[in-house]
Amino acid sequence: MALQSLDIVRRSATTTRSPDIREPTGGREVAKLIDTTKCIGCKACQVACMEWNDLRDEIGTNIGQYQNPHDLSASTWTLMRFAEVETPKGDLEWLIRKDGCMHCADPGCLKACPAPGAIVQYANGIVDFREENCIGCGYCIAGCPFDIPRISKKDRKVYKCTLCSDRVAVGLEPACIKACPTGALVFGTKEDMKQHAAERIEDLNSRGFEHAGLYDPAGVGGTHVMYVLHHVDQPQLYSDLPANPRISPSVRLWKGISKPLALAVMGLTALAGFFHYVRVGPDETDERDEAAAQELAKQLEKSP
Amino acid sequence: MILRYTAGERTNHWIVAMAFVTAALSGLALFHPALFGVSGLFGGGPWTRILHPFIGVLMALAFVPLALRFGSENRMQPRDWLWLRQYRDVVNNREERLPEVGRYNAGQKLVFYAVVLCLFGLLLTGVVIWRAYFSLYFAVSLIRLAALVHAICAVVLICTIIVHIYAAIWVKGSVEAMTRGKVTPGWAWKHHRAWFREIMTRAEDSRPRSD
Repeated sequence: MALQSLDIVRRSATTTRSPDIREPTGGREVAKLIDTTKCIGCKACQVACMEWNDLRDEIGTNIGQYQNPHDLSASTWTLMRFAEVETPKGDLEWLIRKDGCMHCADPGCLKACPAPGAIVQYANGIVDFREENCIGCGYCIAGCPFDIPRISKKDRKVYKCTLCSDRVAVGLEPACIKACPTGALVFGTKEDMKQHAAERIEDLNSRGFEHAGLYDPAGVGGTHVMYVLHHVDQPQLYSDLPANPRISPSVRLWKGISKPLALAVMGLTALAGFFHYVRVGPDETDERDEAAAQELAKQLEKSP
Repeated sequence: MILRYTAGERTNHWIVAMAFVTAALSGLALFHPALFGVSGLFGGGPWTRILHPFIGVLMALAFVPLALRFGSENRMQPRDWLWLRQYRDVVNNREERLPEVGRYNAGQKLVFYAVVLCLFGLLLTGVVIWRAYFSLYFAVSLIRLAALVHAICAVVLICTIIVHIYAAIWVKGSVEAMTRGKVTPGWAWKHHRAWFREIMTRAEDSRPRSD
């Protein structure tokens, strides 16, 4: 939840225009670039995230893995996921991916949310949850193609990475970027980050990683958190990063055409009834029906 | 007067009806942004989200005795299909041309089946998308599908009930049947003649009295 309010481009459950009078200077979209090829898995970013956002997850149990905590939660908005992968050549690769909200250009969470203004997208591309408007239905969890939002058992609100929208709004970089000791995390305009990634990829290609590439999936319109991967052709190696993420067709149908169509069908049904009454009129019983009923009753009394 | 619905049946019907109205309003508030304001009736967004599934379960449970009571009277018979084929006579109040109708006409029977199917669908899918207690037991792809099917069932049910309510307004005497329990012999003769014959020949004590 951040303080900006005049540079919102999209607002959940809102059919009219969002307050977007402000044109941010430069008007540029921001992005975080996560270079998995430079990451050493130190988790400084995780700690910085906890610290800046004042979050302390419950202390869990060690199951003999570096990944800790085991999963994202309402209090863990970013998590290093550690995957041990055996290559066809027989080498072991330790693929570490900093997981968290991807800040999609076409956010499934925002599309699914039924509460007006509980999820907003800023002009800079950040997708932010405004928990004071959240009703706790969890539709965003169903809408997200990356399995990111987590609902809190404590307050029944959903939480996820804000891309430090509060820091970015005042010209600072996100806390995780600040903490990264290897330069695996960088932040800037989306264009600059793509440029930076291209240089990194060229270098990686020249050093034997012919499948190194940028993960900026088009299925969700691109993302404002991007990865440089050694194996961009196999993103699923990185703890099931989806190869072709997109908003599910069920969610598109549920949150798209079905909404106006359903209202129209219900309204037309009621209108059909009203005009039937006006044109054809009620079906009433009169004295003749009562007389006929008595007649039939008498017949039946005699006949058995 | 002829007894059409006992006090128990009327009570049961109106419990389902009230649960339906509250579930439909709270559900529509969560379905379309234009109707989110309706959530104010339930104490705001979070309260609407909390109450809606409980009201829905209440509606489904309250419908069970109603379905058991009326299920056997709603079986489609050959004359019902004929009745449906003559829908033009039905909507133009030309009942004299229609085949005799039993306790329920084909339209009422279709409403019954639509409600049974929709409530069953709503209950099953509603459990899957009930985030507070059950969603964690289901795969996200199933939750997505359930949300869609839940909305479809709800729209079909709401339209069915609009037809049901309108039919009660259209056919005068029907509202009294469900509020007071009784109908006139003329009403039964005109709209449900086969049922009228049946009760006239079967039950001594329910014969029309001259008062």
